Amino acid sequence: MSKYTPLRWNKTKLSFLIEKRTLWIIATLLVLCATLVVISTGIGSKYVSPLEVIQSIAGKGSSMNEVIIMKLRLPRILIAVLVGASLAVAGAVLQGIIRNPLASPDVTGITEGASLGTVLFVFFLSEKVSIQWAPLAAIAGAFVVTALLYLLSWKNGASPLRMILIGTGLSAAFKSISYMFIISGSFILANKSMIFMTGSIYGSSWEKDVSTLLPWVLILLPLTWIQSRHVNVQALGDDVAASAGANVQLHRLILLLLSVALAGAAVAIGGAITFIGLMAPHIARKLVGSSFGGLLPVSALLGALILLISDLIARTIFAPLDIPAGVFTAAIGVPFFLYLLYRNRNA
Amino acid sequence: MRLLGLACSLFILGVAVICSVIYGVTDIPLSSIWESFVHYDYSSQEHLIIQTVRVPRALIAVAAGASLAVAGALMQVITRNPIASPSLFGINSGAAFMVVIASGWLGVSGMQSLTLFALLGAAISGSIVFYLGSIGRDGMTPIKITLAGASIAAFFHSMTQGYMLTNGKMFDQVLVWLVGSVAGRDMSMLINVLPYLFIGFIIAVSLSRHLNVLLMGDDVAQTLGQRTATIKSLASVAVILLAGGSVAVAGPIAFVGIIIPHIVRYLVGNDYRRVIPYSAVLGGILLVTADIGARYIAMPKEIPVGVMTAILGVPFFIYIARKGKRVQ
Repeated sequence: MSKYTPLRWNKTKLSFLIEKRTLWIIATLLVLCATLVVISTGIGSKYVSPLEVIQSIAGKGSSMNEVIIMKLRLPRILIAVLVGASLAVAGAVLQGIIRNPLASPDVTGITEGASLGTVLFVFFLSEKVSIQWAPLAAIAGAFVVTALLYLLSWKNGASPLRMILIGTGLSAAFKSISYMFIISGSFILANKSMIFMTGSIYGSSWEKDVSTLLPWVLILLPLTWIQSRHVNVQALGDDVAASAGANVQLHRLILLLLSVALAGAAVAIGGAITFIGLMAPHIARKLVGSSFGGLLPVSALLGALILLISDLIARTIFAPLDIPAGVFTAAIGVPFFLYLLYRNRNA
Repeated sequence: MRLLGLACSLFILGVAVICSVIYGVTDIPLSSIWESFVHYDYSSQEHLIIQTVRVPRALIAVAAGASLAVAGALMQVITRNPIASPSLFGINSGAAFMVVIASGWLGVSGMQSLTLFALLGAAISGSIVFYLGSIGRDGMTPIKITLAGASIAAFFHSMTQGYMLTNGKMFDQVLVWLVGSVAGRDMSMLINVLPYLFIGFIIAVSLSRHLNVLLMGDDVAQTLGQRTATIKSLASVAVILLAGGSVAVAGPIAFVGIIIPHIVRYLVGNDYRRVIPYSAVLGGILLVTADIGARYIAMPKEIPVGVMTAILGVPFFIYIARKGKRVQ
């Protein structure tokens, strides 16, 4: 019996070779995620038991529970899942194409660009245009940063080192421009944007957040997965990839754009939640190795798990105060990052 | 010839400081500056503005700019990395975090003790970044130390933001300071940190001969009989004093530490006996002029000077990063 299971679609040219172990891991993570969704939906200022949560979701619970679960808590939980998954996938792809295990949307300035896009939106358009359009502003910001990043680090191709160096610079610039607007605005706008910039999914709703983010994620995640086989080739280095017949720069650009769109959409709804794009792909690589067919789904599930847990802690530990989840992801993310840096010290 | 250059740049600094006192929301005639020092008139509003607002502001800009530029110049030698600077390597955000925590959580007040906390923060984040950037077989590589710096900066940054959001009272007071601003500070704040900055500067100047040797690489310096570890740790102490001190008074102002040393090296060459004094003077000029610009760009509102330096600094930074060879 073979270790591998091929996933093949006969009509298209698409196929993946996935280890059976990976499929098991994906199944386990799915179950874990679902369980955590149910449990953390139940926890809050009024405790609802998991069974009642499931009943309410199925539409058979008491009317009060239904309001709490369906109206107040579930949107937030779903947003955590979607945002976490998108950021994790964006990070996994970036690490693959920049070929540096420490790259992530936050280090390269993509998150800051998306933040600036949203801050500008809040300041100039929020009174005239529905908040529904905020993701577009964020994605536009993320794209501007990426375009700049690409243009500026282009010198006979975009080298990974230059992309990181220039990314840190751009990130600093965009952050201070965001601050400029925050400081010049009114206190309420400032507080609103500040919470946003730290990354918070407080007060998410069906109409406003879930319905805005869901289409993006549903389109972009599968697309990224399909494109991900190019990452495998890229990971071998530009020269090898080119001799294997890959159009290195074109594929890198496509993957980068997908990753940016995912990160931008996630930031627009969840704010600048940092370090998930760094942590999730690493843990995933430990679990299933670095072949992208399995790596992406596992990263996505892990990203969702991490944000679910961070948000659960952030809203319960200092209750009734609701701390932005981004503070927690940074608090666990940085020690993790330092550990990685230590592990890769000889790389 | 050498002194002439320095004298010229000092003259420009003087002009910049005077301009900074003259121009603003209300312009002030040159003659009343002199008068306010010689015959201070308690009934004159102009004199009040000069003495309590404009002059402290200009001098703080000079001190902070000079310290950050010298700190950047020192860091670029000891890390052998052209993009090293207090802001990118997380030293400024470490200092800022400690100041916010000390004043908000521990209830520390008074400039003297806050400065000590800023120095402590600078020392903590600086040593973490330096340690992490130099672990491993190949020593300190640009990519390792840049990533370490960026992540430590991000960490302290989001901790500071998280703390501020849970404490609404802090929010308004700290926000402007957190981007780096020289507005609305008293002279006494500057006087409190001046000793630290001064000691840092003295260490930098007295090390400059050794830094020239270190510039040739650790191996060469050791062969020539230099105790590189001692020199590097003394230089690090100077960096912490300079960066921490200027954060305590003006907040984490970015990019001065990158821009200035490069301009100086372009102008006067690589000899650190000249690089350090010139960095100090040019750093002062940059921050004073950036501060004048910050008053005019969104008149009558002011933007923090830290935003100005970031906008000026990023194109410059990208140019250096693109130059490639020296970064590799």
